[in-house]
Order: sequence, then C-alpha cells, then structure tokens
Amino acid sequence: MSDNMRFSEALSAFGGDRKQLIRILQSAQSEFSYISEDTIRRISEKMNIPVSEIYGVVTFYRQFSLNKPGRHIIKVCSGTACHVGGSEKLSELIGDMLSISSGETTEDGMFTLDEAACLGCCSLAPVMMIDGKVYGRLTEKKVSDIINSFREGDSI
Amino acid sequence: MRILVGASSCGISAGADGVIGAIDAYLESVGRPERAERTGCIGMCFAEVLVEIINGEESRFYGWVTPEAVVSIIKGELEGSIDESLIVDAEKFLSGQKRIVLRNCGRIIPSDIDDCMNSGDSYKALQKIFLERISPEDVIREIEISGLRGRGGGGFPTFFKWRAVRNSEGSCKHIICNADEGDPGAFMDRSVLESDPHSVIEGMTIAGFAAGASCGHIYLRAEYPLAVMRMKEAVRQAEERGFLGENILGSDFSFSIEIKEGAGAFVCGEETALIASMEGRRGMPVLRPPYPAQKGFCSEPTCINNVETLANVPWIIYNGGDAFAKAGVGKSRGTKVFAVAGKVMTPGLVEIEMGTSIHDLVFGICGGLKDSRPLKAVQLGGPSGGCIPASLDHLSLDYETIKETGAIMGSGGMIVLDDSSCMVDLARYFLTFTQSESCGKCTFCRVGTRRMLEILEKAVCGKASSQDIERLEDLALSVKKSSLCGLGQSAPNPVLTSLKYFRSEYDSHISGSCPSLSCRELVRFFIDSSKCRKCGACFKKCPAGAIVRNDSGFAIDHSKCVKCASCFNSCRFGAVSRG
Repeated sequence: MSDNMRFSEALSAFGGDRKQLIRILQSAQSEFSYISEDTIRRISEKMNIPVSEIYGVVTFYRQFSLNKPGRHIIKVCSGTACHVGGSEKLSELIGDMLSISSGETTEDGMFTLDEAACLGCCSLAPVMMIDGKVYGRLTEKKVSDIINSFREGDSI
Repeated sequence: MRILVGASSCGISAGADGVIGAIDAYLESVGRPERAERTGCIGMCFAEVLVEIINGEESRFYGWVTPEAVVSIIKGELEGSIDESLIVDAEKFLSGQKRIVLRNCGRIIPSDIDDCMNSGDSYKALQKIFLERISPEDVIREIEISGLRGRGGGGFPTFFKWRAVRNSEGSCKHIICNADEGDPGAFMDRSVLESDPHSVIEGMTIAGFAAGASCGHIYLRAEYPLAVMRMKEAVRQAEERGFLGENILGSDFSFSIEIKEGAGAFVCGEETALIASMEGRRGMPVLRPPYPAQKGFCSEPTCINNVETLANVPWIIYNGGDAFAKAGVGKSRGTKVFAVAGKVMTPGLVEIEMGTSIHDLVFGICGGLKDSRPLKAVQLGGPSGGCIPASLDHLSLDYETIKETGAIMGSGGMIVLDDSSCMVDLARYFLTFTQSESCGKCTFCRVGTRRMLEILEKAVCGKASSQDIERLEDLALSVKKSSLCGLGQSAPNPVLTSLKYFRSEYDSHISGSCPSLSCRELVRFFIDSSKCRKCGACFKKCPAGAIVRNDSGFAIDHSKCVKCASCFNSCRFGAVSRG
C-alpha cells in the first residue's frame, strides 16, 4: 500500500496508471514530508503527465505541501467544536510562542504550525495534533507546556 | 471477567494506551490471567478513557480513567468492593437511544473477526443471503421496504441507486464507500470505521451483490490513520474467511475491496468530484447527467454510498426491512447517528430514532448544557447546514423538518451553542471554510463566497453597514442558485439561517457591539475600582502594557489593549468586566 511504500517503488509500480497519481504523490509526501520540484519532474517524466497538471493536483489537496516542513508538525484543529471552544486563540498563542503564523515554519526548522479542518475528536475539543499524536481538552496552560516540552526535546 | 477499553481515536488521544498498560501490569502482578481488550467507541466520548468491566452477570462503565486509578478499580472488581467514584451512568446516555448503526460499537473487538462474529452480528446477513438463496432483486426490495436513505447528507433513497446500477450496462460495476468525512464537527463515520469495520465491508458486499458489482472501493480520509489501519486489517481478515474475494461463501458471486486514501478536499464529498479524485485528478464536480450510476468511476456504472448508510444494510437484511421501517417518522425511516459536541454536558455519538426532538436529544440524552448556561441554538449539517434557534428545539430530527428550517440534516454533526457563541462569528467561520474549499469551477461559488466572507469579516469588527448586510443576503441567494454542486448550493446556508433567526445580532454588530461578547474587536475591558483590591495580578499578566496605575488602583489604556482577556482571566475579585 502507498503509505508504507517508498516513492521510487510506488513510481515504478504504479507509474503506468494515470489513476494512481494521487497514490504516488502520497508516497512522496509521506517519505519526504513535502513534494519537491524534483519529485514533480520525476513523476511527470515517468507518467507522461505535464508538470502543470501535477502541480494542479498537488495544490488542490490539503495533504500535500510544496515546502519542506519543520521537524515537528503542529496541526491545530479548526473544526466547529474546536472553534467554539476557542481554537483560534490557541493557534495564536502557539504562533506567538514560536513567532510564526499558521502555515509557516520556524527559522530553526523545528516547528511547522498548521490547521486541520477537523481531526474528528470533537468531544475532546479543543484539540491539536503534533507529529500524528492528538492532544485533547486543551487549555492555554496545557498548550504552552506541551510546546515547551517539545522544545526541551522530550515529548510527553 | 472481561475488561474492555475504548481504544478508538478519542480514547487513544485521551490516554487509553497508558490505561491499558496499567491494567495489564496490575493483572499480571496479582497473577490474574485476564488482559485488557481494545474495543471501539461506545459513544460516551465525554468520559474517555472509558473502561467497561464485565464481571459475571454484571457490567459497569468506569469513566475518566487514568493509569493511577486502575488499581483501585480492578482491585474493587476482584474483591467485590466496587470503587463507585468513577462509575459512569451509561444507562442515562444509552437508554434513550436506538442503536442500529452503532449496534456493535464498543461491544466487539474490531481487530478480531472472530469476536466481531461471536460478540457482534458480523456477516450474519451475508450468510443469510446465500443460505436462503435470496436474489439480488429481493435484496433491493428489502432495502426499498426499509425506506433507507443516504446518511451522508443527500437523503437519496438507497435502493434507487442500487437498482439504477443493476440496470445499467457495463462489464465491471463499482461500489464506492464514501468515507471522506469532511464536515468539521462530524465524527460518526470515523467511529464506525474504527469500531465496527466489518459492518461497512459487509454492507458494501451486499450492495455489490444487489447491484451486480464486483469492485469495491473505500475512499477514506487520510487524516484518520487509525480508521485506515483498521479497515485494511478488516479487509484482509474478511478475505481470509471467504467473505470477500472470488466465489464468496461458495457462490458464484465475487467481490473485492481496495482502500484509497483521500488527500483532503471537502468538495470530494460530492459524488462526481470524488470520482475525479479517485481517478487521480483534481476533485472538481461535473454536470450530471450522466449520473455515476450510468457513467462513474472509469466511465463504468458506479454506486456511491456513505459509511453510515452501508453500516445499516446488514442489520436491515438480517432483521428485515419492516423492522427498520418501524422506527422513524414520515419519509425518514430508521435511525440517525448524531455527533454531538460543543457546549453540552455529555458530548458523544448518539443514535436516535428519527423523529426524536432536538430538545430530547440535547437535554435528555446529552444532559443539557455545560455550566447550566442557556441553549442558544444547535448547528446542524456543518458548513452546508445552519443554526436552529432554541425556540425551535421542539422540532423533530428528520430530513424534511430540518430542511424546512433552512438547515440540513447533513451527515449528522450537531454543535450545541450557548449564549457565549456569536452567530455572526459562526457564519464567518463557516464561510472561511467553504470559501477555501470551493474548487473554483463556478464563478458564484469562487468569487461570491469570497465577497460574502469579506462582508462577514467586516461585520465581526463592527465595520459593516446595513447595506453590506443586504448585499450579503443578496449574494447568498445568488451563490445558492448559480453553483453546480452541493458545496456552492449549500455554502450560504449558515449565513441565511443566521440572518433568518438572529438578524438582531447582525444589527448589533452594525452598531458596534457583540451581544455574546465574543467578537474580539467589539469587546472592551474595564476595571471596577470599587471591587479592585490593587493586587496587581492584571498588571503583571498584561502582555501589552495596557494596564496603568492611577490614584484609584488600575485602569485600562484602550489604545494599547489587545483584548487578550488576560486581565479578565487573572482577576480573582471580579473587578475586570467586559462590555
């Protein structure tokens, strides 16, 4: 399956099938954490799809990123329950702590701050996900403790 | 004794792994053979981590369990001195429900097909079809009798889609399970996929049998990694047991299922966009007809059903369409699962008979609002739905009644709002979402939602005029009329319903105030010198240096205030007020 498959394997296995473009991009995204220009060129050559068309697909879907992200990816959930639970404030707080806004990466390449449409853990709202792990029932204090613990290098 | 720990996404993020580790360690230390079992979500998300202990004839739910609490709970169960402090009143939450879709959730071990078949009802319906030699046409008729309609929001009769695909010409036909749950605030599909994956597989296989399709696809959100894992595991197990693959249960019917991970685009909930995405393209909707039933995935006849719809199917086939149709009201038969969240005491997954009132759901099953605040509205249907005010909470939850209010049932996300939620801000929030999710094909949706959002952004800052609000309403109606797909047609709903029921809030924003005190730009903070004890807590907390000392204590310099509410939250004497 694409999620455990390396990009080059996926490209040679599925490269002949136009329908598998998204699956191939997913394997690149999961291996490199972003889609580089070089990746797009390689796919274009192998699959015989114009670069512009691949770029169009990459930018259409939220899962794909064109920029190299930080080592830790923070996704603050912006679902409805989280919104009414104050997620915008938490996102701002993290932004202030890291001196970046949503969608940006810190200068030292440690964190990328992003938003997720909905993580589906609405009953624990507000929630955020860092490196695939969900943190729920957040408060301002909890958020700053979690970020600081990452800064100190020991994830809780 | 069996110990079941809720280990779906909610449970795990609340700390289920730590609890399971502590349970196993304790049982081992006292030499007991039992171990904790990982079940799915029973719906009482408010009490995660949830542990059910079945001890002989008795069963008890323990909520908010931490690794530290484990010893006293298990010890109590073993020695017959029950630790009452963490017991959850499951009866109160479950008794008002009618569970068909969620029948197995939290009752079975989803990763173990044997347990799903023994403790749950997995594959009984499929076996019944082949044992009793029920014909595909009879399966479709049974679904027709049940009155089952699409649970993803459309409410389209399920049998109709199946029959259309059956009657279409094509060598290879497809069943697609739409598991791209994109509504922010809805999580019932995730829960079913994680907690009872075999019901979805069985539902798809029955759909394939009825419609004459041999290829199944599950289009699953990549943001749900646990659901992806559980489904892949369940498909493999079903193949091993002969419930999927060539010649299912010795018949001449063959059906396979592959899992495709969606890459994240709300518009892909629309059938034609979903198909485009599955074909590796941008998920942009196209004009219908031809309908997917005639020309869908790879230009072949395709039936697309939502997760909840498919999870109903095995129950209907096993228990009969009549039994299903007995529940419900009018043209809305059976049950509906709601993901209830927001300012409610016991948020979670609730399955009710259609026709239950909003009031009974919010105040009966879900225990009313947090902090005894008044109900202001419920938001139904996410970005495509709308807000139904508290004054209409007697209304029945069914497709037709909800549609009349201007909201939609949608996939069943319900956000409960109290008086601290601003309706103008909520309309802005949803427009931010739909505006960024518009695929850009139709001008009204692409540009219209952008212009609507700009007006709402002005409104929450108190800078909109009454002409702006008129323009907003006008635009909303035009976007609704002039968009090709469901996204554009329903994107204005949050605006239109809030204008319909909460017009006065828009008027207040025009005159520069937010009645819910939630729009930051319109809120001002004040220090009441008669209550101020001059402790200086607010002075220390203020990040903007906006608190100034004066003769009577402290005051706020409004030109510097960034409205972060630090002073309000830090004052222990109630001397800081908002207005």
